[in-house]
Amino acid sequence: MADEKKAGNETPGSVGIVSTQTITVAHPPDVLQLECGRSLGPITVAYETYGALSAKRDNTILIQHAWTGDAHVAGRHHPDDAKPGWWDIMVGPGKAFDTNRYYVICMNVIGGCKGTTGPSSINPATGKPYGLTFPMVTIADMVKVQKLVLEKMGITQLFSMAGGSMGGMQVLEWILRYPESVRSAMIIASTSRLSPQSIGFNEVGRHAIISDPNWQNGDYYQSDKRPETGLAIARMIGHITFLSEESMNQKFGRRLQNQAEYSYLFTREFEVESYLHAQGSRFVKRFDANTYLYITKAMDYFNAAADWGEGSLEKACRRILAKTLVVSFTSDWLFPSNQSRELVKALRQNNKDVSYIEIKSSYGHDAFLLETQTLTRVMDSFLDNLYESVMDHAE
Amino acid sequence: MLNNRLHENILVSDYDRIAPLISEGSRVLDLGCGHGELLERLTRERHIHGMGVEIDEDAVIECIHKGLSVFQGDLDEGLSDYGDASYDYVILNHTLQVIRRPDFVVEEMLRVGKKAIVSFPNFGHWKVRWQLLVQGNMPHTDKLPFYWFNTPNIHLLTIRDFVDFCRARSIKVLNELDLAGSYPAGTRLIHWGANWRADEGLFVISRAR
Repeated sequence: MADEKKAGNETPGSVGIVSTQTITVAHPPDVLQLECGRSLGPITVAYETYGALSAKRDNTILIQHAWTGDAHVAGRHHPDDAKPGWWDIMVGPGKAFDTNRYYVICMNVIGGCKGTTGPSSINPATGKPYGLTFPMVTIADMVKVQKLVLEKMGITQLFSMAGGSMGGMQVLEWILRYPESVRSAMIIASTSRLSPQSIGFNEVGRHAIISDPNWQNGDYYQSDKRPETGLAIARMIGHITFLSEESMNQKFGRRLQNQAEYSYLFTREFEVESYLHAQGSRFVKRFDANTYLYITKAMDYFNAAADWGEGSLEKACRRILAKTLVVSFTSDWLFPSNQSRELVKALRQNNKDVSYIEIKSSYGHDAFLLETQTLTRVMDSFLDNLYESVMDHAE
Repeated sequence: MLNNRLHENILVSDYDRIAPLISEGSRVLDLGCGHGELLERLTRERHIHGMGVEIDEDAVIECIHKGLSVFQGDLDEGLSDYGDASYDYVILNHTLQVIRRPDFVVEEMLRVGKKAIVSFPNFGHWKVRWQLLVQGNMPHTDKLPFYWFNTPNIHLLTIRDFVDFCRARSIKVLNELDLAGSYPAGTRLIHWGANWRADEGLFVISRAR
């Protein structure tokens, strides 16, 4: 682990031009046994890496993407890309996930539509897209696939792991399932299980897709009609849950779009309406409706207490060894602070090394992608101390 | 907690007083832990398993940077998340006078901790009495470095008040250190006339179980 971070006054930089790579695991007959009882293999995983693996192979940080995210965390695929990866502000030389120190990996989840095997992938057995024949996957399955990939890469120990929202659920599942493999973990704006309110929103989203006649029972890949209306509605609903009353007030107020007076028609009049429609139509261009169904279901099923503690989160947390940081945001009503505190309490009851910070923000759930300044300081402090203490022991 | 200035300027010498009171390897909960100086020192010198509670965001981040376990929360909300006798010591260092419900918080400390350590500036100190009685001003001293309009201290008390409080509630006083002086010279113990001469009280208390 060469320490170049403190050297010089280099401003935080970009990882530059990167590309998504793929790796295939769970080749038959060693297929992956899924939680639903079925099995799957081979499984191709799309991933990106930044920085370099140390000689001791002890500097890897695994970043977990959220619901509709992907493996493209940082940098650009082409010099003229309009936007860099989704957490570019966090990953790069001199940034919180300092690529001068750490080897950063992110993989697209199983069931996804960004290069990892999912319902839109071709089933090698039939030569056609899986569609609804794709088995139901869970957060645990996502994690098991990542473990297989890391083993194939020759990485058995992770220095740290971080994820927001559904990414945080994967982090929690990781430190429960493979406690000895992860030194530290950051769980951001996440939960150990979805509330009925969140499951309700997910179901409305799924129902919008399933009710779209173009969905065709999930078998739309070879048709020229896709369930874009349903998927866009699902996204619009989801997007509301990512914001807060305050942030919507600030962003839109009751302002009208391109008009001064009400038109008394069912057109898009308010700015908030135009915004949500724009979000919906942009989303359908980059996301697969079936993946939306599968991933929301995976989140609904996640329940750390039930899976690891016979219903008790305290009991579940007994097995955790990682030093843990839990972060929530004051205005997040999708995964509110009390759900994070519940997890912290369970860890503390077991005398685990856990810290909790509730960052003030008006951005709602989206704060984990927007409150970058405070989040950078928090994660940088957490990692920096750990890095220094590991280096002390190494010397 | 609220008054970081107190933590930075005066408490350094208090750590020397508190550290010997803590048994090696014990479990310590520090309420209003500020930037975590005390926990860091106890971890290094007494090998404690520490946890801090702090409300200020910057202070919490500083604790995280020190590698401490810290929980961002409000002491006035109580310690309901903590089990009975789950810590050997619960510390409230120079924070009693800034919380909204000090009686409730002290009772909670005694429930959660086998022992509690409480320190506070003594409002009975002669300088305080002089300023109020003779000058007619709200006291402004080394350990009360604020003005009436910006002080976080809302529940000022004297050493005698605290002794009376403990007696009325059948709280056992295991150790009472009456202190005078401050950083950088350090504090000295006051052996007589403490309520006049000490500018700070430091108590180790417990509830007989």
